[in-house]
Amino acid sequence: MAGAFDLLLAVLIVWLGWRAVTDPDLLRAAMQFVALGLVLAIAWLRLAAPDLALAEAAVGSGLTGALLVTAVRGWRASEGTDAEERAASGWALPGSLPRLAAGATSLLLLGLLLLAVRGLPERSAGLTAEAAAALPASGVENPVTAVLLNFRAYDTLLEVAVLLVAVVGVWSLRRAPASLAREDPPFVLASLLGLVAPLLLIAGGYLLWIGAFAPGGAFQGGALLGGALVLLSLGGLGGALLARPALTRAVLVVGLLVFLAVAVGMLAWTGGLLRYPEPSAKAWILVVEAAGLLSIGATLGALFLGGRIERAHPGDG
Amino acid sequence: MPVLVSGLLAVGLFFFAAGTVALLRFPDLPSRLHALTKADNVGLGFVLLALGVAAPDPVRIFKLVLIWLLVLVASASVCFLVADEARRRSGTGEGR
Repeated sequence: MAGAFDLLLAVLIVWLGWRAVTDPDLLRAAMQFVALGLVLAIAWLRLAAPDLALAEAAVGSGLTGALLVTAVRGWRASEGTDAEERAASGWALPGSLPRLAAGATSLLLLGLLLLAVRGLPERSAGLTAEAAAALPASGVENPVTAVLLNFRAYDTLLEVAVLLVAVVGVWSLRRAPASLAREDPPFVLASLLGLVAPLLLIAGGYLLWIGAFAPGGAFQGGALLGGALVLLSLGGLGGALLARPALTRAVLVVGLLVFLAVAVGMLAWTGGLLRYPEPSAKAWILVVEAAGLLSIGATLGALFLGGRIERAHPGDG
Repeated sequence: MPVLVSGLLAVGLFFFAAGTVALLRFPDLPSRLHALTKADNVGLGFVLLALGVAAPDPVRIFKLVLIWLLVLVASASVCFLVADEARRRSGTGEGR
């Protein structure tokens, strides 16, 4: 019975993935991508990896799905305009040369990945035993959090930096469309947001806290915060974000800055990069994660807004 | 106890299946929305009831109730928003 379920999951994943890439209707393809993410999350649960399932459902399916649907809508809205206007609004399809370059880069990466996988030992427990033995000294009881925020915290430090670079990349392309600042959400939507957005904030903080001993953590909590920002922008309340560019920028970088400060401080204090002193390890992990949660949430929200957040110049309308 | 849990799960899945069939077969948007929000919410209610019966502690039951209430509020609101937007676009709505 369980085998049949797993087989169904595997077939669904491949089929939905294929449909998401090949469906000529882009909006339907995006929907199938969202469904693919949910089925993938169930597959991660079946593989006893609830942390990954949470991240896949929140980021891979929810937020990426919202990004794709917005992109399709923007693309459709620009269809009546000519090529130059399209390029100016940032919705133009890239020419054949960038596409070829992107395809070649992807193939090269795929080849390198295949080479790396071939080099792996066939059956290996990896560092599981060492990680489990060091768990009591990590400050947290959830092994995933211990690895992400203690044993290999420099990986996470770089991930937080990558998120910031992603926002810088998007911001260098275009300004956030001013249409997000409309102030007239329908009554039902506004009252739903009034209920759901605070709940999402609480749930995000809850995920951050339980990450110490159960599946959860800064990335999952940050995804909920990002989701709240996406909902608020959809409700036309993105204007509040757009009106405070300085605050938005501060929140975007606070995660990386705090992480870097802790890393440098630990280097001076204990002599190891991100090697926390044992009695206060949990406190340091929480500090880094709390700042990270804010930046991750703001990053996902900023990516959804899809452009620079800055004060509108007078006369822009 | 396992019989009760399985029975409740089966009833819940029946409503989900009925809602999905209706979503695929019903002719227009309002009846599809009707099928989706009514049948699926009842189905979810039965599934959560089954999980609540099998729950090891009251805190788990409390969380399940929270999930159900949240889904009820969200689906009712989203159903209205989708229907309202569709009515506005079709131009058949009164007074708009």
